[in-house]
Amino acid sequence: MAKFARKGKNKMPAISTASLPDIVFMLLFFFMVSTTLRETEMLVSIKIPQASEVVKLEKKSLVSYIYIGPPARQYQGVFGTDSRIQLNDTFQTLVDIRDFISSERDALSEAERSMLTISLKVDENTRMGIVTDVKQELRKASALKISYSARREEI
Amino acid sequence: MARSTPEINGGSLADIAFLLLIFFLVTTTMNTDTGLARMLPPMPEDQTDVEQDIKQRNILTVLISKSDRLLVDGIPMDVDMVREKTKEFISNPADDPELPEKEPKEIPFFGTVDITKGVISLQNDRGTSYKMYMQVQNELVAAYNELRDEVARTKFGRPYEDLDEEKKTAVQKVYPQRISEAEPKSVGGN
Repeated sequence: MAKFARKGKNKMPAISTASLPDIVFMLLFFFMVSTTLRETEMLVSIKIPQASEVVKLEKKSLVSYIYIGPPARQYQGVFGTDSRIQLNDTFQTLVDIRDFISSERDALSEAERSMLTISLKVDENTRMGIVTDVKQELRKASALKISYSARREEI
Repeated sequence: MARSTPEINGGSLADIAFLLLIFFLVTTTMNTDTGLARMLPPMPEDQTDVEQDIKQRNILTVLISKSDRLLVDGIPMDVDMVREKTKEFISNPADDPELPEKEPKEIPFFGTVDITKGVISLQNDRGTSYKMYMQVQNELVAAYNELRDEVARTKFGRPYEDLDEEKKTAVQKVYPQRISEAEPKSVGGN
């Protein structure tokens, strides 16, 4: 017993764990920053309508977004207040939708191409005219799976 | 002098940071996109639209005018009345000759069931507001969901939401969702 006790006296000092929080904080900041970076910059201001029967969109990687709404305030001088289409990070017109769809398709693997879903994020004060035009373009591009984006109604 | 103040243990700082990390990880992925899913009809090969031969009694026309007013089969209606009207149209409980026909079909779990041939045709003007359009869409989907829920409760004794995939598809076959979004028309002029 005594022999062991003596040995314990000059044991190795414990490894300092003081830097562990720093490592974890680094991870934390990485995730905080990267999750906000993924969102596209909004050029149009959109207030999504409410609905009670919404379903969740499965598999985010298969979803592409089309934003329709009035341009944000800083762009209203150039583009006016009429609803416009935003694809990725720029204002686009109806004819660009087909290119957008084919580029989104190319980004997916062969097996997943037919499962591409288009989520229409449309401002609630938009007139249906532009939405109908977009829908017709989507039909021409045979991207038939769509979802009208809506918030779950708070009851 | 020999007695120095003990160092504060920093070991638990890592736990706190981990807690924050997990909190952010969970909250960022929870924010999923929701919406009403729809299938668009494929574009016809030749540009002329094929008029399908559907009997008048099998169509429920829901028209939203330029000024967001609602006409269901030509009758002006409020948004909150659409759900009841649609449910009556789809289920046709009393076999009314004015309401859609039914066709017997073989369905797993249910055996032979009379399936309605009814189609809802949703029409809108270019000037209709998206908000109104979504409200009506929502009511139509709600009508289907309520009917499916009723079937699920009577047949399986559980709400539709809690059924497994196989039973869900069976219930979906009992009440197939047939909402047609019509070709654009300018009804009210500009």
